[in-house]
Amino acid sequence: MKILVSVKRVVDFNVKVRVKADGTGVETANVKMSMNPFDEIAVEEAVRLKEAGVATEIVVVSCGAQACQETLRTALAIGADRAILVETNEELQPLAVAKLLKKVTEKEQPGLVILGKQAIDDDANQTGQMLAALLNWPQATFASKVKISSGKAEVTREVDGGLETLSIKLPAIVTTDLRLNEPRYVTLPNIMKAKKKTLEILKPDALGVDVAPRLTTVKVVEPSKRKAGIKVPDAKALVDKLRNEAKVL
Amino acid sequence: MSVYAAPLKDMKFVLHELAGLSEVAKLPGYGEATRDTVDAILEEAARFAAEVLDPLNQPGDHEGSTLANGRVRTPKGFREAYLKFADSGWVSLPFEPDWGGQGLPKLVATPVDEMWTSANMSFSLCPLLTQGAVHALSLRGSEALKKLFIPKMVAGEWTGTMNLTEPQAGSDLALVKTRAVREGDHYRISGQKIFITYGEHDFTDQIVHLVLARTPDAPEGVKGISLFVVPKIVVKPDGSLGEQNAVRCVSIEHKLGIHASPTAVMAYDNAVGYLVGEENRGLETMFIMMNAARFGVGLEGVAIAERAFQRALAFAKERLQGRDLVGGKTVPIIRHPDVRRMLMLMKSQTEAMRALAYVVAASLDFAHRSPDPDMQKRYQAFVDLMIPVVKGWSTETGIEIASLGLQIHGGMGFIEETGAAQHLRDARITTIYEGTTGIQANDLLGRKIAREGGATAREWLRALKAFDGELARSGNPHVKAVRSALEQGAKAVSDCVDFIVAEKNPHVAFAGAVPFLKLMGIVAGGWQMARAALAAEKRLNSGDRPFLEAKIASARFFADQVLVQAPALRDTVVNGGSAVMALSEDQFLAA
Repeated sequence: MKILVSVKRVVDFNVKVRVKADGTGVETANVKMSMNPFDEIAVEEAVRLKEAGVATEIVVVSCGAQACQETLRTALAIGADRAILVETNEELQPLAVAKLLKKVTEKEQPGLVILGKQAIDDDANQTGQMLAALLNWPQATFASKVKISSGKAEVTREVDGGLETLSIKLPAIVTTDLRLNEPRYVTLPNIMKAKKKTLEILKPDALGVDVAPRLTTVKVVEPSKRKAGIKVPDAKALVDKLRNEAKVL
Repeated sequence: MSVYAAPLKDMKFVLHELAGLSEVAKLPGYGEATRDTVDAILEEAARFAAEVLDPLNQPGDHEGSTLANGRVRTPKGFREAYLKFADSGWVSLPFEPDWGGQGLPKLVATPVDEMWTSANMSFSLCPLLTQGAVHALSLRGSEALKKLFIPKMVAGEWTGTMNLTEPQAGSDLALVKTRAVREGDHYRISGQKIFITYGEHDFTDQIVHLVLARTPDAPEGVKGISLFVVPKIVVKPDGSLGEQNAVRCVSIEHKLGIHASPTAVMAYDNAVGYLVGEENRGLETMFIMMNAARFGVGLEGVAIAERAFQRALAFAKERLQGRDLVGGKTVPIIRHPDVRRMLMLMKSQTEAMRALAYVVAASLDFAHRSPDPDMQKRYQAFVDLMIPVVKGWSTETGIEIASLGLQIHGGMGFIEETGAAQHLRDARITTIYEGTTGIQANDLLGRKIAREGGATAREWLRALKAFDGELARSGNPHVKAVRSALEQGAKAVSDCVDFIVAEKNPHVAFAGAVPFLKLMGIVAGGWQMARAALAAEKRLNSGDRPFLEAKIASARFFADQVLVQAPALRDTVVNGGSAVMALSEDQFLAA
């Protein structure tokens, strides 16, 4: 079985994100970028499935600017077999990515597509679901456990208040949650080998997808700073403030 | 709490703008060292250093290694970290692909080694020693010995040690007493070795000791020392492990720093050993390795300085104390000018030391791999001149920087739990092992300047002169200020070289050896900071502006506060020698 994994290049989770001076978005110039951590979990899961003999080939795909090649190389170093970059400098929104992934999926015919449940930059949590809808494939999101057997995936999902286990027919879409696995440290020999693996570049036009944004970002602002507290003289004053000012009592 | 983050931006700036990684990658066999691959390597190493090694550093210092029944137990988590480190292939980075290595240049190994040491100096010593041992074996070992030992060591399955020191033979290895008696195809080794880093540990089953010893009919002194490989467990011809060899760890030392690194006293009692190279030529092999080992320790100075700086910076931004000089509310101490001064001393000197170390690493690559034999020779001469400078200056300054880091913490710095004191304690060994600062300075002054009449030093000064022409074309006021300080510095070095070459009284000349070494360090460091400022200025409008502006400011600070000391050091070297030797031994204490 072939597995397709999508990866996104995002601002590194250690970076303190700043809003651009003109409020149009987040500052990404000269900022450390890395693979979206949920996608790293997705790649790790695919590699584990291959190591377990369930998968035979892992293809990673990313959509975005040329610099995404770095992110794909990281995925190759973790253990993916080859990579595809759908290269565009256009701002990509989840629906556009889902459409691009649909085309790549149709081309590659994987038995399973694994995506991160969301990207830590925009937290949209949409691409996997949209891709499932566009392909009309079953989906299991927020996976914390994946078991593949006889043409089916048994997926344990993290839902509000507990765990839900679904059995879905392959081919299918799975999106990863944090506890699915702990990604390995990439080994030096694998970093060196990653360079020699194939990285194919496609263009949205060639895939026949219009990636033009459908949503407009009106304004991006930093969260407001926490205001300083005040001291109240006694409990009575506190109760009074809670009741009449904060109106929580 | 300060968490180590590898200074990737500065490392990459130095690799690309100052050390010429793209040129090194053109050397035969180094084609893999492309920008993309090196970026990926640095990022993954940074992650491993921060996530695996750094969290063990302080607990490792606290717990230390312990010895019971001849077995060393390293602190909690160290063994697992080592196995992960070896599994990840990091030990193999600089070695030949034929032995399972990745064949990467010294220039790529250098920032990676810096990260290991910054994150956890005690840990980093184990792979460092293995590298040294592999280096010695590959230089002089027979094919059979290489085949038996090197692949396992490159894979990290076996570790290596260097057994040089004995109680009566420290800096002076002529006094080595350990005996080696020939017995068929091997030797029997007997004697005691001290200060053996990772001489015994629980990371791996096998430990490969390289041991200096004398054969019974060997000549006196340094010309009678041979090098042997003595495995902890005898290796069978098929490479599998046989019986325990007659070598054991009898104790480990209680030290000021690097507590997690076990420093063993080793007893050899008729242990089976194999000759590396020829009899009586062991010290020669050691000398070939010495450059690499001294460079490695110099880099430890850079690494500890960086770690101490990061910890002090985090504290200075958080600690609220005192009002700003112009009034207002209580501020973090980083707003106070003297704390700033200390942070800038830490930052600018660390950057200067890093730049010089990486440039020397690149020169080592050219010296080994340049297709032009004349270039090889010139690079080797430059490396030989600069190795004692990198070793002596970066470690002495590393201690100063670790001490400033503690100072910034105030009273809390004196308390172990902040972690600032550990860096100072760990750094303290770096000016001692692999040749003390005095030994480095004597090497610089005697072998590298006086013996060749100052030729290489003067060639370097000519390069500085040519570079001055480049600096002169910049209109940037900061670059101008750096240029003027560098000109003064170069003049000071030139005066000293003239003095050293002309001085007939060795006592007077050598009395100024350490001040001269320091002078060489700050001028060579100032040279690199000037190059950095110029490169930063050129890219200011197209690059990472905040970083590049900070680089120029750092160079300016270095010029104003450090490089200006050059003329005073020159005066010390040129005029200070006779007073050093003035007293009779009785006159030292007037009790």
